[in-house]
Amino acid sequence: MAQSDTNTQQLKRTPLHAAHLRSGARMVEFGGWEMPVSYTGVMAEHQAVRQQAGMFDVSHMGEFRVTGTGALDFLQSVTTNDVSRLKAGRAHYNWLPGESGGLIDDIYVYRVAEHDYLLVVNAANIGKDWAHLKRHLNDHDAQLSDESGQWGLIAVQGPQTGALLQPHCDTNLGQTKKNDFFAAHLFGVPVWLARTGYTGEDGFEVFVPAAQAEAIWDALLGAGLTPAGLGARDTLRLEAGFPLFGHEFSAEIHPLSSGYSWVVKDKAHLGRHHIRVEPEHRLIGLATDKVPLREGYPVFQGGVQVGVVTSGTVSPTLGHPIAMALVDRQAAEQGAFEVEVRGKRVAARVLELPFYRR
Amino acid sequence: MQTPSELKYAPTHEWLSGDGTVGISDFAQDQLGDVVYVELPEVGREVKAGETLAVVESVKTASDIYAPASGTITAVNDALSGTPELVNSSPYGEGWLFKLDVGEASGELMDAAAYGAANN
Repeated sequence: MAQSDTNTQQLKRTPLHAAHLRSGARMVEFGGWEMPVSYTGVMAEHQAVRQQAGMFDVSHMGEFRVTGTGALDFLQSVTTNDVSRLKAGRAHYNWLPGESGGLIDDIYVYRVAEHDYLLVVNAANIGKDWAHLKRHLNDHDAQLSDESGQWGLIAVQGPQTGALLQPHCDTNLGQTKKNDFFAAHLFGVPVWLARTGYTGEDGFEVFVPAAQAEAIWDALLGAGLTPAGLGARDTLRLEAGFPLFGHEFSAEIHPLSSGYSWVVKDKAHLGRHHIRVEPEHRLIGLATDKVPLREGYPVFQGGVQVGVVTSGTVSPTLGHPIAMALVDRQAAEQGAFEVEVRGKRVAARVLELPFYRR
Repeated sequence: MQTPSELKYAPTHEWLSGDGTVGISDFAQDQLGDVVYVELPEVGREVKAGETLAVVESVKTASDIYAPASGTITAVNDALSGTPELVNSSPYGEGWLFKLDVGEASGELMDAAAYGAANN
């Protein structure tokens, strides 16, 4: 294998960095951040989330606040989903379309109050998103602020999450619904909770002021949650068929290749004219019996290259390799594929996305 | 981290025993994480030191395995096709990768002390 690379000096750290080292995490570079890839092992952490409950440090993600009487109009102009449908205390998945057909980022929008929204953006895109939003703020009567450094963000995911959190939370979690967003006290600390996640399981994302993040993390450890790293986060989201920016989405990839047409609503917005064009590619699910498929492997049909693998792993739940691939639209309707692995063509069968649904 | 003193080690984390058996080090398996697939060379293949001849894949990534010495492949560990996790649980035992009939010139390998010092 490759020789070790321990050059992590220039990387940014989350408020939970010390907690990760205490838990024996293996730290890696991710989008300019030093992040835990695993603690005990990707498989064990994956199973903990599928079967009980795990927690992820996602504090590297960016938080932007948009406030003011023009906040809604501004957000409507730069996103594809209909922000006007969000009531205070609700959240939804949304896209920031670019001006040439791809995405600037995929984001989550939380409506805090009537004229107050929180956006959560991908860590690697914080600077780019900020510049893009600033540029389009124009004469909207809205204020944009970068609160990324102020928040710790912990995703608590898995079927036992509610039961494990409830004794330490002053809100009746059983009465909340998916995409609810509310203020609460968790272990006595004022936090925001959102019933959202990226694993295909029920769960909550905990927004905690950075200074209290480590105390909450340690309390969650004590309550029985298993720390899980980026490795398990990736296998979980892949099984759940969730696209990841930089793999299934980019400035070049037409976002409707993903089939997520519900994210684009009938409204005026930036890049509208590009996004309404039918995509030439389609995101499909592939599986093999044994040979893992990895990002970048070429996909063939009838001896002709028709696409490329965008993400791949071995599914801990299914016990065999799974992958997502972007292929020509016509090829997607045909079925049989071969993937080139180290110069050899390997048969891959099509599996409907998502690979896993609770 | 175990680093048996009777073995020689490559900077790319393969170990080589006196009888030509090759595997990856305890450090390497720990860095890789859960091993889920191993691709091994064909018996009879002649390899040069430093040549890529096998692949060990974890959940996260595929890692090339390099020949720690020049020679001919005399055996491969078929058990790894059904139980690749042996590379994690027994990197110096049941998780061996292949055997090499080592020719005269072997690559530049480290003893356990030097390898351990380079990877702590």
